[in-house]
Amino acid sequence: MQNAINNLIKKFGASDAIEKKPGLTFITVEQEKAISAVTYLRDMEGYTVLTLLTAVDWIEDGIFQLTYLVNNPELISEIGVRVMIDREKAEMESAHDLWPNVQVYQRELKEMYGINFPGSPRIDENFLLEGWDDKPPYRRDFDTKEYAEKTYFPRPGRESNDPAEYMKKKMYPNNPSDYTNKKYNPNR
Amino acid sequence: MEEKKDKFLKPENEVRQVEAPDGSIIKIDPLKDYYSQEKPEPYKVKEGPVENFLNWARAESLWVLGFGTGCGSIEIPPLVTPRFDMYRYGVQMRATPRQSNVFVVSGYLSVKTLKRVIRTYEQMPSPKYVIALGSCTINGGMYWDSYNTINRLDHFLPVDVYIAGCMPRPEALLAGFGKLKELIKEGKGHKANEYAENFEWYKENQKKIIKDWNMPDYNW
Repeated sequence: MQNAINNLIKKFGASDAIEKKPGLTFITVEQEKAISAVTYLRDMEGYTVLTLLTAVDWIEDGIFQLTYLVNNPELISEIGVRVMIDREKAEMESAHDLWPNVQVYQRELKEMYGINFPGSPRIDENFLLEGWDDKPPYRRDFDTKEYAEKTYFPRPGRESNDPAEYMKKKMYPNNPSDYTNKKYNPNR
Repeated sequence: MEEKKDKFLKPENEVRQVEAPDGSIIKIDPLKDYYSQEKPEPYKVKEGPVENFLNWARAESLWVLGFGTGCGSIEIPPLVTPRFDMYRYGVQMRATPRQSNVFVVSGYLSVKTLKRVIRTYEQMPSPKYVIALGSCTINGGMYWDSYNTINRLDHFLPVDVYIAGCMPRPEALLAGFGKLKELIKEGKGHKANEYAENFEWYKENQKKIIKDWNMPDYNW
């Protein structure tokens, strides 16, 4: 695996290699070289299985982080190839000709994050949501609570009381401070 | 469907010109022409012992539709087993909506499922009953702030019995069936009438949530 990492750094200018545990390393590649890097890993280094493709919304930095997690079944090792793409122009090259299963992940990312993968099969069809016309729901600037309250007829909650305050008001309606001043008198 | 442009309308449901076999050009609106346009009609409740007898008969023949919407559907299979055995109360499962009259909405409803639930409910023969299982159907439960699950079922379908809990045990579900039987015997089991009488209100709520409608307003 170290060999593959070194080759990635040498050939594709990859950086920020982080070994999370033996057999799992994350490495960052630039957007233009990302697809060539995963193709290289698949064809030359034996990382033939795509475990997942997922995204993280770094809203403060204005980027989406895509992670291609590829697996080498012989070495039992995984490399996560991280790609930082612009949040405003969220678009990435499609990898559906490398692994057929990646098109499902890409459809999900299109729907949930609004990241476009031009040319990916069925990319514009509904994936999980039907008739969604709001902001993509997994983006962090989408307020799910506000949306639910606006849309789904929330049931008004019950009125509740703090027991101590409630009893104070009930027993000493004129002067609530009596509650603390009065001493206990069983004959009262 | 309304006249205004619906951006989720599927191509097969669009109004189009078709050449008939005799050469004339006819206009086809699939949602209007291929489906019945009739609204549901309220059942006229009879009076006196006839209605009491009918209610008794209805209460003793509850056929549950096998449609699990959320995690609560896992509570239904134990009811068919010897441990809980709902057959002894005269409650049985059926596979299709045309053969059943009790809809157990078991748990949360996503918008996508709600569309199917409404369609299935409308296909069931009247008188029909809805049992809402779990707190998700009452106020959204643990999914109350989700972007994709509804909060209150009673805005979309008339609900006969709520069973609170997350999840309610099968015993609670049996108690719910018992309560439903009581309600039917008291003559309070005509919630399908409520649906028919307030049809516009229910449709308005349903269409507010389900933007990708693509079906006729009422389909039998």
